[in-house]
Amino acid sequence: MIKVHLKIKRFNPEKDKKPWWGEYDVEVEPTDRVLDALHEVKWNIDGTLALRRSCAHGVCGSDAMRINGRNRLACHRLIRDEIQNGQITIEPLLGLRVIKDLIVDMEPFFAHYRSIMPYLVNDTDPGPRERLQSPEDRARFDDTTKCILCAACTTSCPSFWARGEYVGPAAIVQAHRFIFDSRDQGAAERLEVLGDSNGVWRCRTVFNCTEACPRGIEVTKAIGEVKQAIASGKVR
Amino acid sequence: MAQYHQFDAIVVGAGGAGLMAALYASRSVNTAVISKLYPTRSHTGAAQGGISAALGNLEPDKWEWHAYDTVKGSDFLADQDAVDILCREAIDAVIDLEHMGLPFDRTPDGKISQRRFGGHTNNETKKPVMRACHAADRTGHMILQTLYQQCIKNNVKFFDEFQVIDVLVENNVCNGVVAVCLATGETHVFQAKATMIATGGFGKMWRISSNAHSLTGDLPAALLRRGLPLQDMEFYQFHPTGIYKMGILLSEAARGEGAVFINNKGERFMERYAPTMKDLASRDVCSRSIYQEVRAGNGIDGKDYVYLEFRPEVVNRYFQADGNPRRVDAAYMEKRLPDIIDFVRVYMGIDPITQPVPIQPTAHYAMGGIPTDLDTRVLADEKGTIVEGLYAAGEVACVSVHGANRLGTNSLVDLVVYGKRGGIRMAEYAKQASLRPVKQDAHKMGEAVLSAIRDNPGRERPSSLRRDLQTLMDQDVGVFRTGAGLEDAIDRIKALQERYKDIHIDDKGLQFNTDLMEAWELGCLLDLAEVTAFSALSRTESRGAHYREDFPNRDDQNFLKHSVVWKNGGLRVAYKPVRLGRYAPTERKY
Ligand SMILES: Cc1cc2nc3c(=O)[nH]c(=O)nc-3n(C[C@H](O)[C@H](O)[C@H](O)COP(=O)(O)OP(=O)(O)OC[C@H]3O[C@@H](n4cnc5c(N)ncnc54)[C@H](O)[C@@H]3O)c2cc1C
Ligand code: FES
Repeated sequence: MIKVHLKIKRFNPEKDKKPWWGEYDVEVEPTDRVLDALHEVKWNIDGTLALRRSCAHGVCGSDAMRINGRNRLACHRLIRDEIQNGQITIEPLLGLRVIKDLIVDMEPFFAHYRSIMPYLVNDTDPGPRERLQSPEDRARFDDTTKCILCAACTTSCPSFWARGEYVGPAAIVQAHRFIFDSRDQGAAERLEVLGDSNGVWRCRTVFNCTEACPRGIEVTKAIGEVKQAIASGKVR
Repeated sequence: MAQYHQFDAIVVGAGGAGLMAALYASRSVNTAVISKLYPTRSHTGAAQGGISAALGNLEPDKWEWHAYDTVKGSDFLADQDAVDILCREAIDAVIDLEHMGLPFDRTPDGKISQRRFGGHTNNETKKPVMRACHAADRTGHMILQTLYQQCIKNNVKFFDEFQVIDVLVENNVCNGVVAVCLATGETHVFQAKATMIATGGFGKMWRISSNAHSLTGDLPAALLRRGLPLQDMEFYQFHPTGIYKMGILLSEAARGEGAVFINNKGERFMERYAPTMKDLASRDVCSRSIYQEVRAGNGIDGKDYVYLEFRPEVVNRYFQADGNPRRVDAAYMEKRLPDIIDFVRVYMGIDPITQPVPIQPTAHYAMGGIPTDLDTRVLADEKGTIVEGLYAAGEVACVSVHGANRLGTNSLVDLVVYGKRGGIRMAEYAKQASLRPVKQDAHKMGEAVLSAIRDNPGRERPSSLRRDLQTLMDQDVGVFRTGAGLEDAIDRIKALQERYKDIHIDDKGLQFNTDLMEAWELGCLLDLAEVTAFSALSRTESRGAHYREDFPNRDDQNFLKHSVVWKNGGLRVAYKPVRLGRYAPTERKY
């Protein structure tokens, strides 16, 4: 067991006029998750601490937050990897309205996601069996199928901070997953959405998104491929 | 003051089962989905290995073989008509998912790729068959994403982060549910002709568990309080390979690639327990064997865990010993098991390519749950009385296709087949039914329970009770059970229920009061734990995942039957026969 000093940015809309720093000392194993330390606070020190979490192993996308200034899933980072001089600093994601403590308003994020038509578009009759797709065609969009919609990328992006109307990296990643799927026929429409003033051209290739992605998706590369498709008018 | 909503059909839960039901119901009636999590956070997204269907894309296969394997895996407790539907309709369901856009891995000729999985065989040669359709190690993630995408495309209405706290059932008629909007703390009453429960598992009553924090059995507990029973609750699956102390799952796929269990003497002990299938024996058999080793003092460092070895040199050594010409290397393992290897690196800080991995069995899957008929209609008793307007599908339901032990990949099949079936049936029903009135004070019962918790000035923190519950469930209602241990467990759960009356929470507010909701969920877990222990005590035989040391044999004479348990005004058990079919019960050997 080691002692950790947690500095957590707190805000309760029913009580607080502005955010404040809550400071807590907990004892945890170095191999515990940051999420376990937050639970230690919530369960044994202050039950009012509010956060989202579910799977606890980095697959559901609930608990993206700023840990020591970087967007991370609290359940995907261990104490020993985050502790700095005995301390870990935790804040809600930037760029989305804070509702309570570490819980932010995800609605604008999901609205951007919905705007790029995140579903297969293909109205031809597939027949009784599966549509065929070669392993190479399937590999073309594999990386972007991994997205868990945690918002770590979008809320790490300075262009998104500056302008909330920018669709953001996550929505582009989701669009990429369909644009480069050989079975899909909606690319033209998606590229139109992404080509407008709040689309891909807002990306300044800062690479924050790639660094933030807990699933290891090459986000900036995917955005680049979409830019290229718009510029050339060709997807494959 | 509650807010009121009216729909033809409502679906509680947005995992694979709920979304599938919603998609199909919304094609013909006004449908809403209510979920305490954003849909894409549902635990279906954690499923790794695959979804089985006898497509025969790579080698001959038949749905009848899939059915036999399922019945055998269930230790002959599954209802065979339900299994037939599952395995026959699995084929269309998987094709349906592909048409919706699911990015399955592909065979060289472009078809859906399939792989081997524990317990799935060619019934003629008895050899493993390639039946599990997969999308890398993320099959569940892809299913969840694809179904959610389709719901967006079809404008399905969602109430995200609304937690259902009560089901409006009276005199075997259901009129809807009561929910709390987490963001505001307000109560909402959802009045509906047809209500589907698809809230997934409840594995958080154990400490070592592969389940998400949110899997707390809210709806089954609500039904118990409304006087409805649960079925086969003694059958809970412990998956043999959870990460030590954390319970995070390492899929069977690891052993499919050659990984083996090793004890502190360096022995591949499964050779003694399952001479033919060895490390790929069924999950119940492997979990028991691990703990038998631990009891014999063969755990690593004398502790309660063993090693899972996937170091290539170790895997190859055993391939050689088995006369298997296959060989693996580090690059191959990285390619085939990327997510699992990543979990081990991130959470244990060790590299499975060069070090053995400490594992222990982890609470994983509820075979039991809300009893339903083949059309997913909820049943009120062992005689088959139907609760009008109430449906259940997915892990929370018990139809029963998994019997006493579920085969890998069969839960995802269950979600899509019975989710779809339920969605269609509830829409058919809703089209001809009329909206029944709900009482003005319908929301009062659920609200009262919450305010009692909020206002309780008690002395205990819910977290200490939760810890005690999970510890006792691990000890006495786990892989091994005895009559004395179960009786003791029931007493201790009852004591916890008493202590629960003396809890307090810190958060008295309305918005995102997760302190309150967690405390309420703990109450649900306590009730389900009690029913689980009681069902286990009542079944004096061993079958599938339910192992009684004092009754180590299967007893078809007395127990080839499903249990049905009530909790209102004391615990009560009844039994109903298993619906047999083509396959007569035989001894199960691996
Ligand atoms: C790690 C892991 C790996 C697995 N791998 C496989 C596999 O490879 N193959 C396989 O077949 N099976 C696998 N399983 C099992 C399978 O994934 C689950 O059984 C299945 O996904 C459950 O789906 P569901 O739709 O029933 O529920 P879930 O996906 O768990 O969804 C439950 C839903 O109910 C909602 N909910 C719960 N309570 C409430 C409430 N009170 N009010 C409102 N909403 C509520 C939640 O928000 C959620 O949307 C795996 C399980 C785990 C844990
Ligand atoms: S809790 Fe699911 S990603 Fe962290």
